Amino acid sequence: MRDVAVIGVGLTKFGELWDRSFRQLIAEAGSKAILDAGIEGKDIDALYIGSMSSGRFVDQEHVGALVAEVSGFSHLHIPATRVEGACASGGLAVREGFLSIASGMNDIVIVGGIEKMNDVGGTAATETLATAADQEWEAFFGATFPGIYAMIATRHMHEYGTTREDLAHVAVKNHANGALNPYAQYQSPISLESVLRATMVAYPLGLMDCSPVSDGAASIVLCAADKAKKYTDKLVRIAASGQASDTLALHGRRDICTLDATVHASRMAYKQAKVTPKDIDFAEVHDCFTIAEICAIEDLGIVEKGQGGKAVQQGITTLNGSFPVNTSGGLKAKGHPVGATGVAQVVEATLQLRGDAGKRQVPDAKRGMAHNVGGSGATCVVHILEAM
Amino acid sequence: MKEGVARFWREIPQRYNFLGNVCSSCDRVFFPPREACPFCRRKSMGKMKEQYLSGHGEVISYTVIHVGPEDFEEQVPYPVAIIQLDEGPRITGQIVDCDPDDVKIGMKVESTFRKIQQDGCSGAIYYGYKFLKSHNSNK
Repeated sequence: MRDVAVIGVGLTKFGELWDRSFRQLIAEAGSKAILDAGIEGKDIDALYIGSMSSGRFVDQEHVGALVAEVSGFSHLHIPATRVEGACASGGLAVREGFLSIASGMNDIVIVGGIEKMNDVGGTAATETLATAADQEWEAFFGATFPGIYAMIATRHMHEYGTTREDLAHVAVKNHANGALNPYAQYQSPISLESVLRATMVAYPLGLMDCSPVSDGAASIVLCAADKAKKYTDKLVRIAASGQASDTLALHGRRDICTLDATVHASRMAYKQAKVTPKDIDFAEVHDCFTIAEICAIEDLGIVEKGQGGKAVQQGITTLNGSFPVNTSGGLKAKGHPVGATGVAQVVEATLQLRGDAGKRQVPDAKRGMAHNVGGSGATCVVHILEAM
Repeated sequence: MKEGVARFWREIPQRYNFLGNVCSSCDRVFFPPREACPFCRRKSMGKMKEQYLSGHGEVISYTVIHVGPEDFEEQVPYPVAIIQLDEGPRITGQIVDCDPDDVKIGMKVESTFRKIQQDGCSGAIYYGYKFLKSHNSNK
């Protein structure tokens, strides 16, 4: 396998972007990444785009070719492929781009991720997200997507004594980080009380335990590492890419409050990169709900199983803690345009490793991780990135 | 999404019957039934046998849904649980006829046949299983 580097990144603002279309958003993120990389359209060998449900959100499928078209690549006829794995669609697109360069097939690839979720109402958005769960055996019986994560939380509280306060600390921390990120949907800190007092969505998860419905796009340019020096001095290498799957329905899993797909994808990644969690300086993890971040830091091996709530409570994962998690604000505060999320995590990791993360910079960050989950844990993709 | 004709005549009998299957190679029970046992795979092909399940089980985890999908809006707040059936398989279903606050992990439950959802006021009605606190349970 060849080494692969990230040589360019681009993001749109995340949020309720009523005046921006699907096409405008992805074109903006893509062109920013291209300008950042200092490449031209003709240098690109292939395009991968992650989108969970453009069909239901903006009534448009076939968005691989469409994204190539709105990016101005139609006349170049480059291969353009859409990748889907629910909320992990973006991470999977990054992995496909990575694999296509590592294999020797391509030299330069552009990867995008997008979701435009606010063009449908809140109910339609929630029901579309529920298609990431098992429609016939979970959703049919009235289980909502927050409800499924809530069942992970209830079991976690039962087995490990995790509290609603522990969960709330995740939201407070991620909003504090989001306040330092000019691209975040929410840029103001929140209090523990406001999280605990928020409207109940699915016990034990309140509104402020949930990531928002968001519009946004993200893009990165990947390049074979031996050719990357031509474009940038701040090389960031993708040291590993791991991916794993599990049952769509939560009830089918070995353990209700462990995401085995995260365990397997991360172990695959650690092995590839020849590192352990101790060698990682920070992580962007998939906090679609507060409980998801607690499970993530456990299942990635950052803390022991069952200790996630305590770790958050102790401040280990804050920006100044010993292992900063979700410096971008995470899905919770930065926003969660589902197809964009996995790509945006790699953007944040790259900014951190280049020393370009501004007020939320982790000092001396050398190695970071991006962890993207589809559904309630049926798909997981983990990337480890290193400053070269 | 729901008006497709095929979806109606390809109904799902397991929603009404608790009809699972058992792998005759390793004796594991599955619900809904599987084409093959994921543990024995090719050894189990053609050797999966139908088995009716008791509908009795225990709550493994639960939530109380306060913001429901359109078809369930009138029912909120309603408890949804993961139930481990006595024969082994785990499934997701609503717990009904009880105060949502009474639902606890470890609670014994039994299945009941109920209306699940309906397409508008004159559309097709979907039926299936829900769960009740077991009559002979003190938990």
